[in-house]
Amino acid sequence: MSEDLDLNLLTTSSARIAVQERETTAVALVEKFYEKIESEDRKPGQTNAYLNLTRERALAQAQKIDKIADSGNPLPPLGGVPIAVKDVIVTAGVRTTAGSKILGDYVPPYDATAVSRLEQAGAIILGKLNCDEFAMGSSNENSALGPVRNPRDLSRVPGGSSGGSAASVAAGTAVASLGSDTGGSIRQPAAFCGVVGLMPTYGRISRYGLIAFGSSLDHIGPLTKSVKDSAILLRHMAGHDSMDTTSSLAQVPDYEQEIGQSVRGLRIGVPKEYFPAELDSAVGASVQSGIDLLAKAGCEVKSISLPHTKYAIPAYYIIATAEASSNLARYDGVRYGYRSRNGKTLSEMYRLSRDEAFGPEVKRRIMLGTYALSAGYYDAYYLKAQKVRALIARDFLEAFKEVDAIVTPTTPTPAFKIGEKSDDPLAMYLADIFTVTASLAGIPGISVPCGQSADGLPIGMQILGRHFEEGTILRLGHAFEHARATPQA
Amino acid sequence: MKITQKDVEYVAALANLQLSPAERERMEKDLNSILDYIDMLSEVDTSNVEPMAQVQSVSGNEAASDPLRNDELRPSLPREIALKNAPQSDGSFFRVPKVIER
Repeated sequence: MSEDLDLNLLTTSSARIAVQERETTAVALVEKFYEKIESEDRKPGQTNAYLNLTRERALAQAQKIDKIADSGNPLPPLGGVPIAVKDVIVTAGVRTTAGSKILGDYVPPYDATAVSRLEQAGAIILGKLNCDEFAMGSSNENSALGPVRNPRDLSRVPGGSSGGSAASVAAGTAVASLGSDTGGSIRQPAAFCGVVGLMPTYGRISRYGLIAFGSSLDHIGPLTKSVKDSAILLRHMAGHDSMDTTSSLAQVPDYEQEIGQSVRGLRIGVPKEYFPAELDSAVGASVQSGIDLLAKAGCEVKSISLPHTKYAIPAYYIIATAEASSNLARYDGVRYGYRSRNGKTLSEMYRLSRDEAFGPEVKRRIMLGTYALSAGYYDAYYLKAQKVRALIARDFLEAFKEVDAIVTPTTPTPAFKIGEKSDDPLAMYLADIFTVTASLAGIPGISVPCGQSADGLPIGMQILGRHFEEGTILRLGHAFEHARATPQA
Repeated sequence: MKITQKDVEYVAALANLQLSPAERERMEKDLNSILDYIDMLSEVDTSNVEPMAQVQSVSGNEAASDPLRNDELRPSLPREIALKNAPQSDGSFFRVPKVIER
């Protein structure tokens, strides 16, 4: 295998071309990734992004790809591209834990649609990635299998809940990864680790095989090194799936072709609610210079208002926990998952199994959600939160009459220290303050690296678009990436 | 304080959680602090606003028009695979501790 193939720089296109042109075999490429993972991810104090390596499955797929390349036939669109998958997305025959002790030994009998579609397009699954337990968290400290460390600064969190997904791409131990986003879980870690993270429109990618957290808010999406890679992965995962009735019938555009179009004349809204006085100054300055670059590229920048923004966190933490309390009722120690040995009766077995195997944050959210749905509180909390959700969505629909996209910071600060917020659930919830709004409205959002803090920590810029207009935000992200890489006169 | 120890016990029972005395105490404190923050929602005038339970109502998602598939027979998970992850089974059924408490 050619020595000049730098795994840190590989993209979906360059990996595929290297395998197609026989610069390397897919098998050698996979082995090289495993060597890198073993030496940089798995030892104590390292990133700890991977929970489980899927060697057999990866090598079988690599051999299939090598056969095609050897015959001189064109590889499938993602042929030979090594990727990794967040452990809340099920993989047939491969242990899937959701970062929880309660699924510690769970081996799913089927593949998530997103996974099988990427494999059909030629991608190679290297392994499963660490995350907050059941995707509940903003720092990856809630994983029952140990925290993930931010590869840009190992004393800091990678963000969450898709911490392993962001860390693996930032560290170059995967070309790209899959994450899930319920309130910011793709975009926030992407910002903290300096990679691109895309949450598509709700319903754009099938949720079949995504372990449920908040079903009206859950999304699968890619984390990548470039906007173009996100466009490519989205295209191969998107589209209706009969196994998920909320997946959309809307046609899947060729996003890769869309990102090549000019951004000149696009109208960009900058909502004043996302630039509060207490915003980290490096974050504010980086995002502002990002907006200036887009203006220079020919976009029309407008100041807008999304008046219900500050109610998004409270509404989200009622709706998401209510849905979670119901979704997580299935973990009862009967059909799969952990069972306590101490339960003498059925109901005691239920309680003890859940008690012994759920972590503190998961219990907290089940309790909050159960409370919000309980008799006497349903109207005051759950119904109220759903009405506020409608107002937040309405804010966006109104804004999108005036603008084509909205640009904001992805997070209020860069990555914080491990342990800094782990004892204060509310402080942790506020890390999602700029990302939950899009989740509630179901609109697509992407985080693109836009600068760094004084101590070199990555900062992310969030671009939000209309429902099913991923093409527009990908186009803006792509143009921004190029403008940023081009020296300014 | 909105939530008392009694509420914590009641909600834990609804959620099939046991919770140790220390966990219950911590839960009371955490839930109260989170609910204090969430109370901000009461400032919002939501008269004449329909609750939004699903994104399809605002996104124009074409999947929403007919979410039902045709009612036809399809193969389902074979028994031995369905039982494979069970903590305890007898080869035909899931086994659980006794159901009736006396």
